[in-house]
Amino acid sequence: MSVVAARPGDPAITPELVAEHGVTTDEYDRIVAMLGRTPTFTELGIVSALWSEHCSYKHSRNLLKTLPTEAPYVLQGPGENAGVISIGNGLAVAFKIESHNHPSAVEPYQGAATGVGGILRDVFTMGARPIAMLNSLRFGSLDNARVRYLFSGVVKGIGDYGNCVGIPTVAGEIVFDDAYEGNPLVNAMCVGLMHESDLIRAKAEGVGNPIIAVGAKTGRDGIHGASFASEDLSAASDAKRPRVQVGDPFTEKLLLEASLELIKSGHIVAIQDMGAAGLTSSSAEMAERGDVGVTIDVTKVPVRETGMTPYEILLSESQERMLVVAHKGKEAEVHAILAKWDLDSEVIGEVIAEPVYRVTEGSTVVAEFPGSRLVTECPRYTPDAAENPDIVALRALDVGSIPERAEEVDPAWTLLRLLQSPTIASKAWAYGQYDSTVRTNTVIGPGGDAAALRIRGTDKAIAVKTDCNGRYTYLDPRIGGRIAVAEAARNVACTGGRPMAITNCLNFGNPRKPEVFYQLKEAIAGMGEACRALGTPVTGGNVSLYNENPSGAVYPTPVVGMVGLIDSLSHVTRSTFSNPGDTILLMGETRDELGGSEYLASIHGIVGGTPPQCDLAKEKAAIDALHEAITSGAIASAHDCSDGGLAVALAESCIANQPAQMGASIDLDDAYSDMNRAPHRAVLFGETQARFLLSSSAPAVVEAIARKHGVPIHAIGIVLDKDEGFSIRLQDSVLRTSVREMSSAWHDAIPSIMSSPVIAAADVDEPALAEA
Amino acid sequence: MRFGIVTFPGSNCDYDAFRAVVDTLGEEAVYLWHKDHDLQGSDVVILPGGFSYGDYLRAGAIARFSPIMREVIAHARRGGPVIGICNGFQIACEAGLLPGALLKNASLKFVSAPVRIRVENSQTRFTSDYDRHQILTIPVAHGDGRYTADDSTLKELEHSGQVVFRYVDSGGDATEAGNPNGSSNNIAGIINREGNVVGLMPHPERALDSLLGSDDGLGFFQSILATVAA
Repeated sequence: MSVVAARPGDPAITPELVAEHGVTTDEYDRIVAMLGRTPTFTELGIVSALWSEHCSYKHSRNLLKTLPTEAPYVLQGPGENAGVISIGNGLAVAFKIESHNHPSAVEPYQGAATGVGGILRDVFTMGARPIAMLNSLRFGSLDNARVRYLFSGVVKGIGDYGNCVGIPTVAGEIVFDDAYEGNPLVNAMCVGLMHESDLIRAKAEGVGNPIIAVGAKTGRDGIHGASFASEDLSAASDAKRPRVQVGDPFTEKLLLEASLELIKSGHIVAIQDMGAAGLTSSSAEMAERGDVGVTIDVTKVPVRETGMTPYEILLSESQERMLVVAHKGKEAEVHAILAKWDLDSEVIGEVIAEPVYRVTEGSTVVAEFPGSRLVTECPRYTPDAAENPDIVALRALDVGSIPERAEEVDPAWTLLRLLQSPTIASKAWAYGQYDSTVRTNTVIGPGGDAAALRIRGTDKAIAVKTDCNGRYTYLDPRIGGRIAVAEAARNVACTGGRPMAITNCLNFGNPRKPEVFYQLKEAIAGMGEACRALGTPVTGGNVSLYNENPSGAVYPTPVVGMVGLIDSLSHVTRSTFSNPGDTILLMGETRDELGGSEYLASIHGIVGGTPPQCDLAKEKAAIDALHEAITSGAIASAHDCSDGGLAVALAESCIANQPAQMGASIDLDDAYSDMNRAPHRAVLFGETQARFLLSSSAPAVVEAIARKHGVPIHAIGIVLDKDEGFSIRLQDSVLRTSVREMSSAWHDAIPSIMSSPVIAAADVDEPALAEA
Repeated sequence: MRFGIVTFPGSNCDYDAFRAVVDTLGEEAVYLWHKDHDLQGSDVVILPGGFSYGDYLRAGAIARFSPIMREVIAHARRGGPVIGICNGFQIACEAGLLPGALLKNASLKFVSAPVRIRVENSQTRFTSDYDRHQILTIPVAHGDGRYTADDSTLKELEHSGQVVFRYVDSGGDATEAGNPNGSSNNIAGIINREGNVVGLMPHPERALDSLLGSDDGLGFFQSILATVAA
């Protein structure tokens, strides 16, 4: 071990400084014990970043360990930059989801843009070429001018970044709910395609191998971004805007091409994004995975500002930078590849045999930790968990006793209102700003149940989708965790895919509150149950905690990003009706389940009741039945019944494909025998799970397959021409409206709201920005 | 026939153009690196879509100074065919190969959607496979696609049949409703007076397979095969 002395000019270590770094007294004691002395300022900075919630998962790791991670086709599970699964033909898919919630709350454009950049790098550093982006977004109500500012900034940030790099944005979901008002959620997912043989891991190996910094120069932006993302938002958050990084998608595109060329060249051992906690985490994690020592000289790191201290260089989160371990003697070849792409590369350190993590400033050692303990010594917490009794009471609400509004005497009024609800309405306003067709693989783009991307050189495609219902998870986190997985699986199945594996992004509040830790624990348990039942292991993901502001925590939102495999392009299936005369079928049983529904939230302003059950055996049976029906060639369209229930699903299947809309005539009397005598509004708008809305020209084939799988199925109507109208008959009541009316409600809702002015954060006095 | 596809730093539709030539046309394609001075014997040059040099300063403004552009301009002056798609159209305008310029979309938003365009002139070597006034569905994906030129240039373009494609609505008319970006006269694509340089904002290379929504771009490439002698 070297002698490490305080660096002249650095602040002295005081209890206040330690607290400012978000390091607890117990954690500080661990640091002192690990080092056998007081840490230097640089060392304190390093540990505070690596042990931040964002980098260390210290409150979630014990829970995450319970998730299933294995299947024969999983080539890389959690712990790497991204998960990787084999899809046959020697090809593999790398994918991962990550949050950028905190930066987006204070600087929506750059926050969202750099979220896209970071997840792209996580995928191409596995050796995969990114082929698709998805995003899962949550905002407050669009009635609020600041929310409109956040929404438009986030959408533009996602679009400008992905469009410039040239990766299509193909799917995702956007939900609007007051629970996210001060704290939007921005989760970005990237999917990449590779030859299995190109798989590379971020594991430093080979004593004497050079460590090379690649890409953009290091500046002072984003210092302590990881710690910022590990605390609640407050009045002070706006002052932390400088902790938000600034993205440059043009450099990212060069870095993408150069990295893939580097990996192909065979000259490098490992490569990793300098993401959260920048150079610190990338170097420490690569060393830990390889079980080797490293030494880094910060004076060698290319910087864009003068006078940067070791502390600043190590903790900068300047974007579009990578850390590479090359084979010794191949430095010139590595430099040549980067120079071709006009990118900087500089040897800044090497892999050493001595088991230490050492940082020098020239010849002076400014930080040194024993071996991999810097990563492994991080504490793990399992705090108390207890459900908030207020939520128990909300769940106990008897939603059946909520009287109907007078207008509901005409169910068409209710349906049109729901179609206008921004959570249900068309999101084309957003995805129309995303290039969804570049790279010419997009068979089904945004707006479908899942996106489908063809795999060139094969007859296969992949289906990808993100899903989560935060309201269900709020009311019952275990059910919400299950449903997030099950709904993503259903969406993948509707597109013709077999659900394969998931990545997850767990967005929760402050885990030190027992009610939040309870939610986290239960939601992860629910996800695990669903993943095991549906055979979709978790290959990695991200945890974002402290999504709180002075007005409270967000709904617990465990977002699932799922990848499925479509065995033949002929199985690719759309969610919209396409042939007048086709029979419309409802697969699955309907129960009296209005709890937690969009109907209660939109029509009655009520969040309460018991969310729908999620019987995983029924989910599996329904997905298997649908898959068999699709592969038999008997299915013309398949759509998941989710937000807004059966009536909304029917409307969407009629109107979503604007150039070729259809009408429908529905009669539910026969199907009502499998609806447990549910009240009419629960039949129309309840959100019972494990149901699919299908259309077919061979309904007998579909019915026989469903019966074989023990799944209830009923023919409920017929597809009509667009001009022949839309009606749903149920006993003595009829819901009747026109396709044109439904279409304008659904298509025009968000554009018309977004034509109102937006107001940036600085111009309004919002609770989120008031004194904490 | 050999197609040379220029890769500028930030090009991102070069791959799609390459696949279009090789997979769909069954012809030969080569990538032309922006720092090189060699067209590698290309018969046709494609300036592909993307964000060359990040579109910093102005879309296409820096790319026109790339070393390879000297050779592309010389090829065009010799009468060699040049196709500018999206960012390539912007570069062709910046390089003076085509008149006019492309401004930010009127909505100030990026627009990504399949659009309908009408073939205004089917007598060019890029459109001979289409019928006059045939309506095509082709994707657009751009932030700066609003074609503009001074009045006399517009008049001249219209008068001499240099407007090749025009945005139209679902009824086939060149209305505001059918115009995705606010282009003057709903112009989606133009050709130079000599008839060897074409520029268009829609992406025909993304419309070659009905599996992906449209194969209306096939005619564009087939016209070139039929009219350009290798």
